[in-house]
Amino acid sequence: MHETFTHQHHAHCESGVFTSLLCHHGVDISESMVFGIGSGLFFSHLPFVKVYGLPLTAYRIAPGGIIKRAAKRLGIRLKFERFRDEEKGVLALDQALADGRPIGLQTGVFWLPFFPPAYRFQFNAHNLIVYGKEGDDYLISDPTLDRPVKCPSSDLRKARFSKGFLAPKGKMYYPVEIPRDLDYRKAVSKGIREVCSKMLNKVHSLVGVRSIRAMAKKIPAWPQKQGEKYAAAQLANLIRMQEEIGTGGAGFRFLYASFLQEAGDMLGMDELLVLSERMTKVGDRWNSFAYKAAPVCKGRKKGSAVYTELRDILLDCADQEYGIFSDLRRVKI
Amino acid sequence: MRKDEVPQDQGILENYKEVVYAVDDQGRYMPVSSKGWSAKTEANELAWVGINLQIEKTRDLVLAGKLSPLAYYMELNHMKPGLLGKYAGFSRWRVKRHLKPAVFSKLRPKVLERYAKVFKITADRLKTMDS
Repeated sequence: MHETFTHQHHAHCESGVFTSLLCHHGVDISESMVFGIGSGLFFSHLPFVKVYGLPLTAYRIAPGGIIKRAAKRLGIRLKFERFRDEEKGVLALDQALADGRPIGLQTGVFWLPFFPPAYRFQFNAHNLIVYGKEGDDYLISDPTLDRPVKCPSSDLRKARFSKGFLAPKGKMYYPVEIPRDLDYRKAVSKGIREVCSKMLNKVHSLVGVRSIRAMAKKIPAWPQKQGEKYAAAQLANLIRMQEEIGTGGAGFRFLYASFLQEAGDMLGMDELLVLSERMTKVGDRWNSFAYKAAPVCKGRKKGSAVYTELRDILLDCADQEYGIFSDLRRVKI
Repeated sequence: MRKDEVPQDQGILENYKEVVYAVDDQGRYMPVSSKGWSAKTEANELAWVGINLQIEKTRDLVLAGKLSPLAYYMELNHMKPGLLGKYAGFSRWRVKRHLKPAVFSKLRPKVLERYAKVFKITADRLKTMDS
């Protein structure tokens, strides 16, 4: 059966996997659409939660959330399975593959031998598709890579049952029911509404535009307070979360702008096209943040002037995004 | 970002490519293949400098007889005692105890085997640091 599966190259793993699976089942949908309907865009900086010794910064919602939301809003039913027993998990996957079904998996990237070594961290929420088995190798379509790859079964097993934060526990999923006519208008409207309410949250400064501002304001104090080295490591971490983990550029801002454009075309709403352009502009600002911060990471640039400049860029991003989401919320879809 | 501005710097992606969303001359969005971006490579490299420094430090401590080789392999696999414990099926404090050279040298082969399996090496190699 796997001869019929077509690998697709996408920006992000989660939206990419869901898009590929839907396309396999005959739904013509783009990654941007899945990302937008799934309310993928987000911002949160949590200085007290440490990953690899550095504060957690997220540009997207919690893993698994995009697929869950997009499926619900489009009326698609998915079957999710997790396993306490590794053996059972392996058997269930092999059985599903024998039935000719491509399967979405959650994996720990550290154990994936085909992944670029520079990206192999202990991170447990990477999504990919398995679409067949050849001897002892699984045939894998990882949407963040430009071509399908193979993975020895022992390695995939380790990746599926990696441990620690966000442990996948062998999680596998596939669509079981897809309605013939998808109600995009309703789904888009719900997706947009949730992003707006999260980004404009007024209750605390841990999430949304307020979190961007709160983080930005502290940046100039980083070098004195935490030392040049740690400050540089923190900047590097921001760049990585913003650009590296398959964000499609600028911490998912371009992907979201693409969604707004597509939604605007589909629903014939020019307001969304204008907002898409504004979103692209913020994306360019986030981009210039990464561009300006990179030399500091390498120690090629030092001093407090750079840090203040970086703060100003992010404050500008926050202001622009506040405007965009305020206006987006008022759009009647 | 316009599609002709999408960075194409060969780097950490090796021979893979990734997707960046960018606009064409008419402002229409499309996915564009990218070989990588130097700013990302620099940030990524810094993350690895920190990790490798930690590995080197641990290696020195093992050579000095302050820690068991288990500590070295733990760092090499980006783990802390708690996480290693989950993989090997030991409690955190037991893993911590096994980091002491005196305790480690008396471990039964069965215990060593469980650690070795996590690191995908042989039990004999676990006793040394040859990589």
